[in-house]
Amino acid sequence: MSGMEPLALYIHWPFCLAKCPYCDFNSHVRERIDQARFFRALRTELAWEAARLGRRPLASIFFGGGTPSLMDPATVAALIADATTLFDPLPNLEITLEANPTSVEAARLRDFAEAGVNRISIGVQSLNPIDLARLGRQHTPTEAIAALELARARFPRLSFDLIYARPGQTLSAWRCELRQALALAADHLSLYQLTIEPGTAYEALHRQGQIILPDDDTAAALYDATAEEAANFGLQPYEISNYAQPGSESRHNLAYWRYHDYAGIGPGAHGRVSLGDTLIATRRHRAPEPWAQRVETQGHGSTAEEIVAPEERGREMLLMGLRLAEGIDAARFATRTKKSLIDAIDHQTLARAIDAGYITWDNTRLRATGEGRKRLDSLLTALVL
Amino acid sequence: MTKTDLSHIRNFSIIAHIDHGKSTLADRLIQTTGALSAREMTEQVLDSMELEKERGITIKAQTVRLTYKALNGEVYTLNLMDTPGHVDFAYEVSRSLAACEGSLLVVDASQGVEAQTLANVYQAMDANHEIVPVLNKIDLPAAEPDRVKQQIEDVIGLDASEAVMISAKSGINIDGVLEAIVHRLPPPIGDASAPLKALLVDSWYDAYLGVVILVRIKDGRMKRGQKIRMMSKGSTHNIEQVGVFAPRMTPVDDLGPGELGYITAAIKTVADCNVGDTITDDRAPAAEALAGFKPSIPVVWCGLFPIDADDFEKLRESLGKLRLNDASFHYEAESSAALGFGYRCGFLGLLHLEIIQERLSREFDLDLIATAPSVVYRLERNDGTEEELHNPADMPDPTLIKTISEPWIKATIMVPDDYLGSILTLCNERRGQQVDLTYVGNRAMAVYRLPLNEVVFDFYDRLKSVSRGYASFDYAMDGYEEGDLVRISILVNQDPVDALSFIAHRSQADKRGRSICEKLKDLIPKQLFKIAIQAAIGGRVIARETIGALSKDVTAKCYGGDISRKRKLLDKQKEGKKRMRQFGKVEIPQSAFLAALKMDG
Repeated sequence: MSGMEPLALYIHWPFCLAKCPYCDFNSHVRERIDQARFFRALRTELAWEAARLGRRPLASIFFGGGTPSLMDPATVAALIADATTLFDPLPNLEITLEANPTSVEAARLRDFAEAGVNRISIGVQSLNPIDLARLGRQHTPTEAIAALELARARFPRLSFDLIYARPGQTLSAWRCELRQALALAADHLSLYQLTIEPGTAYEALHRQGQIILPDDDTAAALYDATAEEAANFGLQPYEISNYAQPGSESRHNLAYWRYHDYAGIGPGAHGRVSLGDTLIATRRHRAPEPWAQRVETQGHGSTAEEIVAPEERGREMLLMGLRLAEGIDAARFATRTKKSLIDAIDHQTLARAIDAGYITWDNTRLRATGEGRKRLDSLLTALVL
Repeated sequence: MTKTDLSHIRNFSIIAHIDHGKSTLADRLIQTTGALSAREMTEQVLDSMELEKERGITIKAQTVRLTYKALNGEVYTLNLMDTPGHVDFAYEVSRSLAACEGSLLVVDASQGVEAQTLANVYQAMDANHEIVPVLNKIDLPAAEPDRVKQQIEDVIGLDASEAVMISAKSGINIDGVLEAIVHRLPPPIGDASAPLKALLVDSWYDAYLGVVILVRIKDGRMKRGQKIRMMSKGSTHNIEQVGVFAPRMTPVDDLGPGELGYITAAIKTVADCNVGDTITDDRAPAAEALAGFKPSIPVVWCGLFPIDADDFEKLRESLGKLRLNDASFHYEAESSAALGFGYRCGFLGLLHLEIIQERLSREFDLDLIATAPSVVYRLERNDGTEEELHNPADMPDPTLIKTISEPWIKATIMVPDDYLGSILTLCNERRGQQVDLTYVGNRAMAVYRLPLNEVVFDFYDRLKSVSRGYASFDYAMDGYEEGDLVRISILVNQDPVDALSFIAHRSQADKRGRSICEKLKDLIPKQLFKIAIQAAIGGRVIARETIGALSKDVTAKCYGGDISRKRKLLDKQKEGKKRMRQFGKVEIPQSAFLAALKMDG
């Protein structure tokens, strides 16, 4: 029954202390934040969403942003309490919060743990002081290391992010930094190659030629080195940019990639939720204050919602699912999209991709290999009908 | 305007390297003679004409008529002619220069003689022009007039002892230039009572007036209402308007011998007005035409195909509009297995081809694929039938062909002897046959016979680069000759791409095949799968290259909020792919088609 799809719940806190020059997320800098107002609005919208979804199993909660570690811990606690009351929490409910490693935020880790957060994801980004400053980060490597050590003691599960393929970064420098990071890591790491996103400060620098990205051969070498180093520390690449000890994958993020139901609460949050046999793409108003105002007047901050048709479901599931090392289960694809997996892809490309070692297909599971995942964007363009 | 007797007319052009002050001097001449008021002189007049050219009439000549009262108290009519300057339009340039008796050679007094100056000055000499050297920018601290005068004498072989010393920008000695035009350039000669003979210098299409013809009267007179005849075509027209450029179009009663001006005669397309033709009076025609008329025959052909097949109709209309104003360009419908429906188009040369392509994309907003340029071959089949081949893709099976003939040219190359060696090497590489080699001072003149297909791609570029720009080049068609020619096909992942096939001499086939494969390897971006590129003659592969698969292309971050965006991006890419030309599942960028066939040394 699609009504019984376990739910992944995303809650967006849209504020940051400063906007990082590479970031295109829905984040905003305010001199003063009316914590109480946004707390009320998030609770209201959560209740509204829960009312239409009905009681269903709750698999994960993820506080993202923005910088959710700037939230009042009491707000986090109350939202967790609401969610676990409105839905049926599964026994191993995963509750993740994204945090920045400044000393102020590190000091609140204990409060977040007490609020019920059981997994923390820290935006370290780099262990090199000069690069941290270039990335516009507010913390130092020393603070990052201190925050990681504190977090290890407080939370059963810990992940952190690094950005690599930074301007001027050599392969050996990255290996060296990554080994240092792996020594600090627990069960999970997110390792992202720097991407120039439209509308960011980095885009302008890139256009002016002040940021030069590595060519595809160098990017591939950096990517391969990353997987190799991570494997030495027992972290396996389970998604394009995510590495974990087996069993420690982010269950919340797996819900996106496996194309399960997820609800998005808060400004700019997206969702895919089943209502009966219909799959709806949900979206909230992006700007924080207008969003809050909508919630206050109409109970939710939704903008236009769309029904996701079977073909579109198929495409979405393919472009998310092939990011995972495990690939896509054909049976699950058929239930979720009402289409057969083999009918959703170009057979000629499939044959060539299998031949080139990019794809494996055994009639039950379609997987992109490591080589295939490295070229996934081109592969999807050719493969997906 | 009053009629001017021949002794009071001077027709001249200005020869100068870019930035040596041609436009500024022209402006000063216009201003000093009062053709435009100071208020009207806010913009450079010739420069605005350059813009006009850039927008469209790129190969068109322009004139300005000036009235000058000389120091001797006499009033003169001075016609300044501005000419195009590329070898593609060598014939058009020679007709422009044939409309004048003299030239000013403007040289920057600090920079000295530069490459571009040379080719132009020799063309003026060929036209028997009297040439007056003018040293410009003499007020600049870096000016070295004595050195530059010496250089003019050494390099060009022109007496520069009486060069006019000026600064066009500061307005120094502009009168000196005007006096030199009057006293040192010869007046035209002609007979007003003889039957009309007027040289058709150029023509262009004007939306209001129809075709405007620029003429130089040799003998006789032209006036409104006169019935004229084009001597090469025999077509007749009634003159509606006669005028001069002063510098705006200004109607006059009539034009007499030695005068430059324009006529309109309700002519619909410039195709009826061949540059170099002689215009005469239909009722009292001249017995013979002026010497040197050549109909414009396209020598280079290539296919133009819309990238979006829906643009075919738009391409047809756009070509029609361009043809209104440029009779030297021809087109006929063509279809290609790889590229769909398009047009096979004929041009005077490669620059002409690039200009037309540029105009189609800029003015008509068309995205086009241009195939490799080709010359016109003549085939004789075994059954004795003969045909012309404009397109290598149309070449019949070699077993059906008895002979293939290709066009040859006779090329004259003038070059300082320091560069002669590399020029001779270049000509020999291109199957050239030396006809003559002579020296004029330290300049050599080499006359070569060359197959045109060795020249169409990039001969001119190579010539310029091996001579550092000092070589001047001119050519005339020199008949057809049988040759051992083969068609080379290009295969991408085993699929032949008809638009990339070309014809070459058997002795060059391997080298050209290798070169194009190497080029395509650089021009085609790496893709998901590796790509095999081959060159083949018939079934025999003569060269191959492999483009490896791209090594990384994946979005680093993709979470719940990114799905819609990613899906829409995917939809858009798929839409884009549908419009993209694919060959053997490979996308070939349009730039590859022209660039691939250019030969580098």
